[in-house]
Amino acid sequence: MVYTPHLQELMKKVEETRPSRVGVHYPRMTAAERQEVLRRFHPDFIEAGFRQLQVGVDKGSRVPLEMADILEAGSRLRGAALDLNRCAYDVDVLVIGGGGAGASAALEACAAGVSVMVATKLRFGDANTMMAQGGIQAADKPNDTPCIHYLDVVGGGGFYNVPELARALVMDAPLVIEWLESLGAMFDKKEDGTMNTIHGGGTSRKRMHAARDYTGAEIMRTLRDEVYNRGIKVVEFCPAVELLLDSSGRAAGAVLFNLETEEYLIARAKTVIIATGGSGRLHYQGFPTSNHYGATGDGLVLGYRAGAKTIFADSIQYHPTGGAYPPQLLGLLVTEKTRGLGGTPLNINGAQFVYHLETRDVESSAIIRECKERGLGVPLPTGSTAVWLDSPLIELTHGEGTIERQLPAMLRQFARFGVDIRKEPMLIYPTLHYQNGGLLIDEHGRSTVENLYVAGETAGGIHGRNRLMGNSLLDIVVFGRRAGRHAAARSGEVRPDGFSLEHVWNYEKELESTGSAGGRVAPILLPRYTHR
Amino acid sequence: MADAIRMIDLYVMGKQYTVPETLTIIEALEYAGYQIKRGCGCRAGFCGACATVYRIAGDFELKVGLACQTKVEPGMYLAQIPFFPGRKALFDLERIRPSVADFARLYPEVFRCLGCSSCTKVCPQDIDVMQYIAYLQRGDFARAADLSFDCVMCGLCVSRCPAHIVHYNAALTARRLYSRYLAPPDAFLKERVRAIEAGAFDHELQQLIDADKTRLQELYNNRDIE
Ligand SMILES: Cc1cc2nc3c(=O)[nH]c(=O)nc-3n(C[C@H](O)[C@H](O)[C@H](O)COP(=O)(O)OP(=O)(O)OC[C@H]3O[C@@H](n4cnc5c(N)ncnc54)[C@H](O)[C@@H]3O)c2cc1C
Ligand code: FES
Repeated sequence: MVYTPHLQELMKKVEETRPSRVGVHYPRMTAAERQEVLRRFHPDFIEAGFRQLQVGVDKGSRVPLEMADILEAGSRLRGAALDLNRCAYDVDVLVIGGGGAGASAALEACAAGVSVMVATKLRFGDANTMMAQGGIQAADKPNDTPCIHYLDVVGGGGFYNVPELARALVMDAPLVIEWLESLGAMFDKKEDGTMNTIHGGGTSRKRMHAARDYTGAEIMRTLRDEVYNRGIKVVEFCPAVELLLDSSGRAAGAVLFNLETEEYLIARAKTVIIATGGSGRLHYQGFPTSNHYGATGDGLVLGYRAGAKTIFADSIQYHPTGGAYPPQLLGLLVTEKTRGLGGTPLNINGAQFVYHLETRDVESSAIIRECKERGLGVPLPTGSTAVWLDSPLIELTHGEGTIERQLPAMLRQFARFGVDIRKEPMLIYPTLHYQNGGLLIDEHGRSTVENLYVAGETAGGIHGRNRLMGNSLLDIVVFGRRAGRHAAARSGEVRPDGFSLEHVWNYEKELESTGSAGGRVAPILLPRYTHR
Repeated sequence: MADAIRMIDLYVMGKQYTVPETLTIIEALEYAGYQIKRGCGCRAGFCGACATVYRIAGDFELKVGLACQTKVEPGMYLAQIPFFPGRKALFDLERIRPSVADFARLYPEVFRCLGCSSCTKVCPQDIDVMQYIAYLQRGDFARAADLSFDCVMCGLCVSRCPAHIVHYNAALTARRLYSRYLAPPDAFLKERVRAIEAGAFDHELQQLIDADKTRLQELYNNRDIE
């Protein structure tokens, strides 16, 4: 038992109210109530957390301060001795980033018969994709259709989604499940083969497919294994630090940085796919994050300097259920499946205060309100506040053993630090989880820069201003594959010439003229947590 | 109500540092001043990047764990395993079958298991690794797939195996074989894929794309929920 005596005392209230909460449905918010709680409590509405960009193609648009800091920064290559004509790699399609989007893109490009290489920052698969637990959406049940899925996607996204992107997402979804299965990914099924599917926040049909609570890991390790089987070249610990453009301003490769030898390496390509994932490690507004170590928004920096437009870069997703206590779990994701199975958030009185499957933005805002405004959060020994997530209610509702079967990763993770979630409720608070926007793409994954593609969490437009659970694992495979296919086809048509970093130096000049560089250098590649 | 956090002494590759007792091993390395490059991925127990060996002063046992999932203790002697080579068999999934013969061609060392159980003892996921190796020897891919499912491929089993088995890669191949050839297919999925490819939803979806925001809002707010 790691809960302090005080927490144990408070936990008794949860136990007291539990029997009366079994099977009881807390009312959903009305549209007006949702707007109200978002406007007042969602971090995206805290103006002090944002500023306007002063340079680049989206000059004047509003982004989080921490993102502005990396976009408005100098290049790592300033002063570096570089010979752009000495190239270490020369391929048709260069994929930057070895997560789910990058792996999907590489597989499709390879299938099209062109030469492909993946350059990635950490190990191949050290990525947000590996961490996704809850599931992947696809309308493949008789009572569901891509159109119903579409409505959930755009409604969840606040109707800001680029319609063509949302369409590609939902129409490709069942194809993606079929493709992943053909590669040997194991989804949860009934004995007759029927997919087990459940709800997620904001879904109107049970269309969340899962692989226990290792869904992303299952997808990632399968795709990675297949990339190796196909003999695709993978270069690890070599993040891209700048894009190369050709004399016509088209993407034509990248400068890589060998993290260990600290050399710069030139990779030339006919088309480039950025698949570097999200930016949780920028810790917007001081939030802890659920993201992997390398989620530092590098792709945004690379793309923006080369002139790629962004969309909804000011829209960040805070997952309602991040670990809050014990401190080793701070920010780590408690999968939404916990709520999907009926785990409910409770305040200090053991009372539910919000429907447990509101969309993430609404659910998070309601939790922040409960703690910040109503003062009904649970005070933690660390000095912050949290709310309970009543996981034992799941066992009571669906029967003993449900958690062990359906949430093995969560059970294990909390047990490692002394909490038995079958018997003790979890302590949670919103955590920085996902970048809703990113570099604008079209339905083939093309950015606004010629021959530059973007796929996965770095891309924006698909999910509007709020992504629903299970639609990101989906989007990385859908748009990874689309980008891979298109980039491969396109690579047969282009002959880049005159490789240059002129765009970088021009960007730096513009930056200097506004005086907003502040001596910063980006991409930052790794967050700094050293104690000095 | 913040309690004062206790500081403890531990050793990173033999050098002493003082760190807060609430940290994980990864956080302790960082607190000590290391900028980690290798040996850190998800920081949440999913990627297996952070396999670690350590000892505790006064204890004979060499302990292992995931550095992001293990809390520091006083007197710990820490080291990271930046990389541990493991062989992966290359194969074309369409050209192999879930049979002992095919599997033995890919991973012959699986059949040389000495039964020492070192792999099981060392697994930070508490998987009975040796048992799934036994299932693989028998060609029971369904059981091997099920039992090995929670593997994070950290490679600690491989580091200890006297028979040179690369358990995690063998298990991954087994799961892929199981899912591709043995798991029953979802009958409706195929039908849905065919319908989409035949354009069955194109018209209705185009109507949604053409609808204005008010109309979409109305549809959304009144949609029925399963
Ligand atoms: C804890 C957690 C749980 C989640 N659960 C779900 C879920 O249940 N369902 C769902 O749909 N979504 C979920 N998501 C979201 C989803 O997993 C991610 O959005 C998605 O996997 C991102 O995939 P990606 O390929 O774009 O990026 P990633 O998988 O993050 O891969 C990006 C890769 O690029 C590398 N990279 C970064 N910078 C560079 C550089 N400069 N050069 C080269 N390489 C670089 C990174 O190291 C990484 O390997 C979850 C996310 C997290 C963090
Ligand atoms: S860093 Fe991924 S398991 Fe520890």
